[in-house]
Amino acid sequence: MKVAITSTGNSLESTIDPRFGQCAYFFIYDIQNKAMEFIPNPNIDADQGAGPATVQFFASRNINKIISGEFGMKIKSLLDCLRIQMIVLKNPEKKIKEIIDMLNH
Amino acid sequence: MSPRIKVLRKVSNPPVIKGFKPYGQESGKKNSEIVNLLYEEYEAIRLSDYDMLNHHQASVMMGVSRPTFTRIYASALHKTAKAFVEGKQISIEGGKVYFDSEWYHCEKCVCYFNNPEKEKPVENCPLCNSERVDKFDYENTVESNTDTKHK
Repeated sequence: MKVAITSTGNSLESTIDPRFGQCAYFFIYDIQNKAMEFIPNPNIDADQGAGPATVQFFASRNINKIISGEFGMKIKSLLDCLRIQMIVLKNPEKKIKEIIDMLNH
Repeated sequence: MSPRIKVLRKVSNPPVIKGFKPYGQESGKKNSEIVNLLYEEYEAIRLSDYDMLNHHQASVMMGVSRPTFTRIYASALHKTAKAFVEGKQISIEGGKVYFDSEWYHCEKCVCYFNNPEKEKPVENCPLCNSERVDKFDYENTVESNTDTKHK
């Protein structure tokens, strides 16, 4: 089970990025083997189509869940088709570290 | 004058397949024309005949009026009947739709999430595993989303 989190920075102290397509970093966490990975967002400067490009990126990496602050209408329908679960966390103060703790219960 | 713009129809479960093919000697022989069933028509059949909702309930699910739903449903039946009788392929695509699933809310970690695996009921929060989850009112989510966009 792989989870993607949109992050503002590349450390565990960074907070969750409320934007989906234009976030600074993607954090990918594998719940089974606890593997962590920070990837800089390649589409950060894109004016348009950053969201769908991000969805494609996540789909190619077999992500099962995505945690972000908000998902646009286009993104929601795409992820629904791909059967990827969306989790909306409306708390911009949450750190990546805390989210990992929550995922591990 | 251009015709009135159609309201977007909400499809909660996209079809698992892209269409149907007939088989047998006469299949596809006479003409290879394909019957195009729109997503909203597929959804109308699913809600009305598979989930056994009445037209009023189904129209609320799709976000259209009851008469509109009945029109979509009638067109769906007409198309499938045409394909059956004439032995034509059905392809499910197109239509004025958007896909959206139902949203849930967790009281413990205050998050919202959807359930892509519709067959399994939601019992635990995917984030904190809390059991304090409830179904979220769809209308409110739409409003809160538009609110944040305006800010």
